[in-house]
Amino acid sequence: MAARGGTAAEPKPAHAAGAAISAPARAGRWLGPIALVALIAFALALPAFVSGFRLYQFTQVLIYAIALLGLNMLTGFNGQISLGHGAFYGIGAYTAAIMMDRWNVSYVWTIPTAGLICLIVGFLFGRPALRLEGLYLALATFSLALAVPQVLKYFEEWTGGSQGIVLTKPMAPFGLKLTEDQWVYLFTLGVTLVLFALAWNLLRGRVGRALVAIRDNHIAAEAMGINNALYKSVTFGVSAAYTGIAGALSALAVAFVAPDTFNVFLSITLLTGIVIGGFATISGAIWGALFIQFVPNWAQDISKAAPWAIFGLFLIGFMYVMPRGIAGFLHMLWIRLSRSAVGRGKGR
Amino acid sequence: MSLSKRFTVGLLLAALAGLAPAGAATAQSVVGVTATEIKIGNTNPYSGNASAYGTIGKTIAAYFKKVNDEGGINGRKINFISYDDGYSPPKTVEMVRKLVEQDQVAFVFQTLGTPPNTAIQKYLNQRKVPQLFVATGATKWNDPKNFPWTMGYQPNYQTEGRVYAAYTLSHVKDPKIGILYQNDDYGKDYLKGFEDGLGDKKNLIVMRQTYEVTDPTIDSQIVNLKNSGANVFFNISTPKFAAQAIKKAHEIGWKPLHFLNNVSSSLGTVLKPAGLEASKDLITALYMKEVTDPQWKNDKGFQDWVAFMKKYYPDGALDDQANAYGYNVAILMTHVLKQCGNDLSRENIMKQAANVKNLELPLLLPGIKINTSPTDFAPIEQEQLAKFDGEKWSLFGEVIEAVRRQ
Repeated sequence: MAARGGTAAEPKPAHAAGAAISAPARAGRWLGPIALVALIAFALALPAFVSGFRLYQFTQVLIYAIALLGLNMLTGFNGQISLGHGAFYGIGAYTAAIMMDRWNVSYVWTIPTAGLICLIVGFLFGRPALRLEGLYLALATFSLALAVPQVLKYFEEWTGGSQGIVLTKPMAPFGLKLTEDQWVYLFTLGVTLVLFALAWNLLRGRVGRALVAIRDNHIAAEAMGINNALYKSVTFGVSAAYTGIAGALSALAVAFVAPDTFNVFLSITLLTGIVIGGFATISGAIWGALFIQFVPNWAQDISKAAPWAIFGLFLIGFMYVMPRGIAGFLHMLWIRLSRSAVGRGKGR
Repeated sequence: MSLSKRFTVGLLLAALAGLAPAGAATAQSVVGVTATEIKIGNTNPYSGNASAYGTIGKTIAAYFKKVNDEGGINGRKINFISYDDGYSPPKTVEMVRKLVEQDQVAFVFQTLGTPPNTAIQKYLNQRKVPQLFVATGATKWNDPKNFPWTMGYQPNYQTEGRVYAAYTLSHVKDPKIGILYQNDDYGKDYLKGFEDGLGDKKNLIVMRQTYEVTDPTIDSQIVNLKNSGANVFFNISTPKFAAQAIKKAHEIGWKPLHFLNNVSSSLGTVLKPAGLEASKDLITALYMKEVTDPQWKNDKGFQDWVAFMKKYYPDGALDDQANAYGYNVAILMTHVLKQCGNDLSRENIMKQAANVKNLELPLLLPGIKINTSPTDFAPIEQEQLAKFDGEKWSLFGEVIEAVRRQ
């Protein structure tokens, strides 16, 4: 994870130093990919070492990471604030649950379907939302978050009403000797890797620059020939698709969906995740996911009486020490380290 | 990246190869019990929208502290581990798995809420971990055939529906029944109990009206029910709608025998907004002593509870019925554990939970007894009717057994 933040932060000052790139700085260029591979290897090997309960927690981390990445595209990169991504998470979860429960569709197909449905819903919601900026958009998406749990209860025949839908956890295919927890984790990990690779390609190229340009100055972006309206609504759609896929995976992992799970608090938790993880960074999604999964639990371990007060302190502490999120903090650390390495190289 | 890809594939295979042993679960039935301790797991909503219920978990913890102070159960202290799930099923699953797999509790007790309990039911039954006396009014917890490790506690909606049906059949001459119900599983649960209670006399129901929880008002339904000529009205609605129904019926001068479901029996949130005059003569079913009711002032059970609260849970409110609820159910749990003797295997805990006979709890209404059996996982199946006298609910008649008429 550090590697991703690090690579994203490919130290420009070091390049600017031109011919004087030192040995340590050159080694640093490999550090990113190596750490990435090590991280993936660690993630793959995890099921062999931890209990089912821990694995469930890490599955949740992966799921949150996907949702946060989706939200970060929209809010971090493109500057559109959403207080309603919990709604897309819910739509994704219910898509998976209804397909599996009512139509006996294999769980594998629920993932792309959830993505597609949320893409369309997100795109359609994004079109009219184009007229709304900043806080007004935040309010519009907030209404989405408020509405979805009630709408889910209304269509009781499909959604099972407030009782929700109980699902069966998917078994490992091809006779692999894996528990259901291990399989769900590995499956989620696979989806996560694919989605991160896609986002990586998307956000680090032309599209990513266009998104950031729109965020920073939409008039200038338009003048440069970027189709603001199209970019913004497509971003909304893709962002919703990511979050929807996360929701579908959560339905598999929890093996149960109920409308009140997908409330406003979930939306706000997701927003917390991207701010803490690092605005407009890819690696930030993982940091943010670790934060929203584990910190509330630690807070509870510290104080049973006021866990959310402790959580609040953590939040303030993080924001104070790392104003640009965890990924931003690591980025800065990286620049300092490589600068001092360059400095030493010159000195020699 | 091709190097790293190959590396990744290699690792994937290595990881898969190493997985099998981790998956094998051991089938030991005595878990979470030592010579000096019994570990009990619980989740409660200490935060979030439903956090008002969190006080139940705190009362239970306080009661177990009292038990421990008095020497424990057969020399074993109770270690009550309760986590916050915020009433969110994914969090409940996480916390219950932590309790079972990491904390290694003997069983799970009084997990709160219908969705949270639904989310963990399958898991606990697969693992054969008792899920005892869950805190929800749904009827599905009484299903020993399919879920032999799950047991409910309070009277469920169907039980209550049967109580009203029994009263109607025995007390009303020539009843014509009109029913209003919320169109969801809660409403249908009540309706089913009521219809079961009528048995083959379902044709006494002359009209059924429904509303959606999203509807702004139910005025037209009440008018329709009046016009149907019904002289008995079973009002299955949540507080806001219940208040509207009582008010509207009063306004249009409809005076049937009006059963109000227990869900909406609160003086503060329903009867006062509806108007105390309009609420007069409403009938509801109760199973606990209302702690705000002055008639229990000198009752031993009530006084013991107050003394307990003052000593072990001084922050807890004395006018909060939830604290009385937690006290009762903790006493029931203690009773079951005592009955287990020295065999605290999960099988025996479940067996003893299904073998409670005529147990009275201090804050249940006099005459209401807890009974369970291997085919009956609904501990409380009796209730007593109460009529609103314009100030408070006053109990009348006998305790009614809500037996199923099939």
